[in-house]
Amino acid sequence: MTGHRMLVHEFLTRSTSRFPQKVALVCGERRFTYAELNEMSDRLGNALAQGGVRRGDRVAIHLHNSVEAVVGIFAVLKAGGTFVFINASTKLEKLTYILNNCRAKAVLMDARTGGVVALLEAVPSLTLAVLCGPRVESGNTHLQHFDDIQSTLPATLLPTINIDLDLACLIYTSGSTGEPKGVMSDHSNVDFASTSIMTYLESRADDIVLSVLPLSFDYGLYQLLMTFKAGATLVLERSFMYPALILQRIQEERSTGFPGVPTVFAMLLQMDMSAFDLSSLRYITNTAAALPPSKILELQSAFPGVTIYSMYGLTETKRTLYLPPNQLSTRPGSVGIPIPGTEAWIEDESGRRLGPGETGELVVRGRHVMRGYWESPEATAMRFRPGPLPGERLCYSGDLFRQDEEGFFYFISRKDDIIKCRGEKVAPKEVENVLHMLRGVTAVVMGVPDPTAGEVVKAFIVANGDPLTESQVIAHCRAHLEDFMVPKYVEFRTELPLTSSGKINKLGLN
Amino acid sequence: MVSDMNSIKPAIRDFIARNFLFSDDGFQHSDEASFLEEGIVDSLGIIELVTFVEKKFNISVADHELLPNNFDSVSKLSSYISGKLTDGS
Repeated sequence: MTGHRMLVHEFLTRSTSRFPQKVALVCGERRFTYAELNEMSDRLGNALAQGGVRRGDRVAIHLHNSVEAVVGIFAVLKAGGTFVFINASTKLEKLTYILNNCRAKAVLMDARTGGVVALLEAVPSLTLAVLCGPRVESGNTHLQHFDDIQSTLPATLLPTINIDLDLACLIYTSGSTGEPKGVMSDHSNVDFASTSIMTYLESRADDIVLSVLPLSFDYGLYQLLMTFKAGATLVLERSFMYPALILQRIQEERSTGFPGVPTVFAMLLQMDMSAFDLSSLRYITNTAAALPPSKILELQSAFPGVTIYSMYGLTETKRTLYLPPNQLSTRPGSVGIPIPGTEAWIEDESGRRLGPGETGELVVRGRHVMRGYWESPEATAMRFRPGPLPGERLCYSGDLFRQDEEGFFYFISRKDDIIKCRGEKVAPKEVENVLHMLRGVTAVVMGVPDPTAGEVVKAFIVANGDPLTESQVIAHCRAHLEDFMVPKYVEFRTELPLTSSGKINKLGLN
Repeated sequence: MVSDMNSIKPAIRDFIARNFLFSDDGFQHSDEASFLEEGIVDSLGIIELVTFVEKKFNISVADHELLPNNFDSVSKLSSYISGKLTDGS
């Protein structure tokens, strides 16, 4: 042991030393060994360094799940940078905002997305854009192609310049203000959280994890990081659009681990899974939103002999709670206890710790509590507050919980109005801001229950400008918002109910 | 039967344009465009698409048939539906 926590790119380099010829990543038909990925990330790391990326610089990755995205993450870290993974369905306008917010030095994106030249103009800090996918001829010296870098740059390891207190990544998350905020994770946060989660999952080098979760989602990102830390294999799928294909892949690849969110499990439980041999599965995990106890029972019978982990987390601490699988039958409604090496409790508004049966805000203590929000001191001060010892940070989750007599936690509700759609957070304000771009529109959005998505976005609109149709409103939202934020329902009203203080009264809409 | 077969692609294009692209100008992609790669249909949309196909063409889509080879473009979906209609006749 070296005495310090691992740097995140050492998850790859150390497993390469142990298992150079082992398959680390499967993307569709393509398979990559640890040694290959290590070399590919060295080449891209050199390109980033030559392109001006220095210690601590932010490099954005705007890609679907792919080998380029995986290589990108480790290349940025090897170059001493901080990676910022952004959902591939994020539109140019918001991408520009995020890149300017973190003053990104470089960006990796798919040539098919388009808009890269406009992005380089709109984000003055950018000195390099690495394009993946089809080649686009351009005389722009700031543009390079991923494949050219792989064929021309040396696979030499750059010298390590970071320590574990340096930032590994920013993960942008929706906030109630509507402006996305970058959660800062240093290398020690990521290493600690990964180790803790791998402890209770009993991760092993012979695990084969199949992930359909986007790498932009911390739950998806950690599937990659933990698999590589364990020296195991990740089967990375682009999406969960074809559930039968995923089951087929689990069967073909003999997957041992399958992480999902309630939407994924709701779709699987509607299917006849008897045609698939899923006997290789050792565990499945659920987080992002709680599974109702009835669904947990259905999952247990659909996946006999498979260990089921019910979990809870927030980006600000990565994972927070997990239910030891032997408790699932006794307390199916609980999301468990703090992850190994951490603690959590419940407080009321005055900061008093509450006992069993009382409802209050979940407070989290441990080395997984992240470093705050990028250049947002006010938001950071609200969420991350001083702990019992000088210099430490607690995370105030913003979620209401209660505990039973044995100390197991139960999620009650959120304190704010964030909507959870398909496991992703949607800030009503962000959707409302986009709707208000339409002339003469006053809008309010809220979450409504949906059997598959958990919640979906519903917009209530008063249109005092040009006549509007539902499809025009939705088309407008699709042009500006990520897929999961687009309202599923639009209802036109002649007026919106107001509270006594003149604000829109959402409770009066039902 | 021939006229039925010829109406499959326009029906799919129209459904996707109205329900996923929210377009009044019809389906602007090629019939070969991958729904997944191009972001035309997402994982929740595919369920709506299956429901539409079952109702419109009076066929039943088995879970194991919900695969990219059958569903991931207008052309693939049209061939799949034609096959089902032929099998059933």
